[in-house]
Amino acid sequence: MIDRPAPAIAPAIASAIAPELISWQRADQGWTLRLTGDWRKGATLPTLVNPEPLPPAGSSVRVDAQGLTGWDTETAAHLWALLAPLHHGGVQLDFDRLPEALRAPLTLALPVQSVGAEALPAEPTPPGPVDHLRAWLQDALTTAAFLGEVALSIGRLLRGKAVMRGSDYVRQLDHCGPMSLPIVSLTCFLIGLMLAYMGGAQLQRIGAQSFIADVVTVGVVRELAGLMTGVILAGRIGAAFAAQLATMQSNEEIDALRALGIDPIDYLVLPRLLAMLTVAPLLIAYAALVGVLAGLPPVVGIYGVPAWEYLHKCMSALNWTHLWIGLFKGTMYIVLVALAGCREGLHAGRNAQAVGEATTTAVVKALLWIVVAASASTILFQSLGL
Amino acid sequence: MAAGDDPPLVRAVGLTLAFGDEVIQRALSFDVRRGEVLAIVGASGCGKSTLLRHLIGLQTPAAGQVLYGEHDLHSCDDEVLATLRRRFGVMFQSGALWSSMTLGENVMLPLRLFTPLNPDQRRQRARWKLALVGLDDAFDLEPSELSGGMRKRAAIARALALDPELLYLDEPSSGLDPFSAARLDRLILNLRRHLGTTVVMVSHSIDSVFAVADRLLFLDDLEKTMTALDAPQTLAAHGPARVREFLHRGAPA
Repeated sequence: MIDRPAPAIAPAIASAIAPELISWQRADQGWTLRLTGDWRKGATLPTLVNPEPLPPAGSSVRVDAQGLTGWDTETAAHLWALLAPLHHGGVQLDFDRLPEALRAPLTLALPVQSVGAEALPAEPTPPGPVDHLRAWLQDALTTAAFLGEVALSIGRLLRGKAVMRGSDYVRQLDHCGPMSLPIVSLTCFLIGLMLAYMGGAQLQRIGAQSFIADVVTVGVVRELAGLMTGVILAGRIGAAFAAQLATMQSNEEIDALRALGIDPIDYLVLPRLLAMLTVAPLLIAYAALVGVLAGLPPVVGIYGVPAWEYLHKCMSALNWTHLWIGLFKGTMYIVLVALAGCREGLHAGRNAQAVGEATTTAVVKALLWIVVAASASTILFQSLGL
Repeated sequence: MAAGDDPPLVRAVGLTLAFGDEVIQRALSFDVRRGEVLAIVGASGCGKSTLLRHLIGLQTPAAGQVLYGEHDLHSCDDEVLATLRRRFGVMFQSGALWSSMTLGENVMLPLRLFTPLNPDQRRQRARWKLALVGLDDAFDLEPSELSGGMRKRAAIARALALDPELLYLDEPSSGLDPFSAARLDRLILNLRRHLGTTVVMVSHSIDSVFAVADRLLFLDDLEKTMTALDAPQTLAAHGPARVREFLHRGAPA
């Protein structure tokens, strides 16, 4: 019997537990809530319930605490929780018979409704699948419009009408190129190393160690150098672009450009895009060289292939087709990274949180675009027989 | 003050401001007179800054026109738009100085893009504009090295770069201590007196409005339209009840 879970306390039982603390009484024009006894901390408070049905709007409820012997700040909070639904339902609450220390906070928390009171915004309905679809479409449209504007801006640049600061281009060039070298070197070195090591382990089983050079060269030059450089720049540069532009957006700096009639695409996006476009082939070529050379230590040290033979095979495995496909794909990835960063930064919201969101979205979008572009271009080149 | 029969500098005609389907303000029609200081006031979120963004062409109205002379800012061709933009300067709420440039470069950029001045002349002109706002020593400082009040004054110097006849100021004294706010008010009055600049400012600082404004345009957030346009003192005494309440800091007048 004792183990049986207690049923939810019904009003009748609640008043049976502590009849001396709280009770509702019908009065002439509504209800009276009578508080009695000691409500201080430690007292077992009854579950507070309102009368059923709730008093209608316009009726009045008097709170009578003449029998109240002890109370603390918690008491006001308890009463507020009980009375707030009545207040919102338009019931007149009368606190005249409450001690001042309770009346003041309750009057503050449950003010008399006045005309022209601030209306809180309606609680937003949680987005459904249709809203998600609409948001996605909106996002895609914004991206398409952005790409169109960039195309127009490039047109203006070619006609010599774009407003672009040369010094911005040079600064971005420095930021994207030389300053990216250490991390590109490290990543591509390790990629080349792993490729040679793992490829060698497989090829050794059929005694074909000397073909490691072909695997490493074709793999690194045609696919991996561009892909890895793109991924690194997505984190290093794409995120930075998004953060810079989003900060400018939240600081109204982009509005200040627009108000002067300066197109932010010309002034902010073009130097970044062109800088990325300029450094892309150089970085990828460098990354490919590092990756291929990184194959040397495992090939020589573990699989016993002479260095001159590895390098010679690398040179003969490399042809122009691999080289230009690798450079083309990688440059495409890097341009996508720049576009994703600028797209997110320029269309960010106008607050500090939006800067973080733009940065994250820029990286995610850049990686997504890279993967899609990699798949599409691989299928394209394959079907062209290159 | 200029003569009353001068054609207005700017005319808003039946302007409706909206975000999508949500109308912020409708049927706004008013003139900006040459040489006056017009303050746009109203409760937070009533659309003051949005109105400003419409007046400078950053947002397109859902209905109505913003006329500079006979040209509508939102439907004229690009060349006219470019000349209209030369006629006003804007100070944004946070200053909006380009953070990657020094103050001097901030002021010199519009000069470089829109005037035939050579670099020395640009530098000299930028120093002059900074001197007008009391920042002649700050030519080589970055915006991040400045206090809020200095940033706003620098933004005014940038807005003045192309010698506009009209200045738009978004909340010039918000977020400033009383000294800096008063200094900015004096600056606005001095610009008007010595350069003849017309000023349209968005503000919710009542002190500042009474100190500098010739006329006050009240945007009501409940009615969603303008409910008063007159001298602040007149409105404080005889304006609509809500305007009086606003001007008396929320005390029912």
